[in-house]
Amino acid sequence: MGGQDAGQVPREGHDFALWEKRVDALMVLCSSKGYFTVDGLRRVLEDMGEESFETMTYYERWISSINQNMVEAGAYSLEELGTKMAEITARGETYGEASGG
Amino acid sequence: MAEALNSWVRVREMMPPGHVRTPSYLRGKRGQLERTLGPFHNPEKLAYGLEAEKLSLYRVRFSMAEVWGDAAENPDDTLDAEIYAHWLEPCDAP
Repeated sequence: MGGQDAGQVPREGHDFALWEKRVDALMVLCSSKGYFTVDGLRRVLEDMGEESFETMTYYERWISSINQNMVEAGAYSLEELGTKMAEITARGETYGEASGG
Repeated sequence: MAEALNSWVRVREMMPPGHVRTPSYLRGKRGQLERTLGPFHNPEKLAYGLEAEKLSLYRVRFSMAEVWGDAAENPDDTLDAEIYAHWLEPCDAP
């Protein structure tokens, strides 16, 4: 990161989970709707600090940044976000259970 | 800012916190304008959801000697970086 020393770059590819593809699609959707741009995505990723690069995966960082930008853009309130998160959590732990709600 | 091809510029040394596109390892370094790009909206304002004026973006060519000093393995090799107009100021050749 930022020109610092680091280990070997992993060269093998990997598949993305469904939720990761959805996060990617969400970014396209939010920016095409005019809520924010990739500049805002990057700004929040950077503001999350170095530790987040060690403790969170790529798309975990993305969804945190997308959410922060959407709140700032006024797309939804924290109260609306919290209510929706609780509603979906109550459906169950798996994709099948959650999407059936 | 001079826009003539090959004119010498220095990257401003400021270190404001926040989203900027200028690599920190190039701050204060001198290079030559390789080409003009853009104009593009200022990413430092877009990043905060603000209205952003359009700025020229310059591709600037730095020598490894300038970037790394005595540590440069190949001092005559070059590195190109794209830097927005407000980060550059005219300077004399080193």
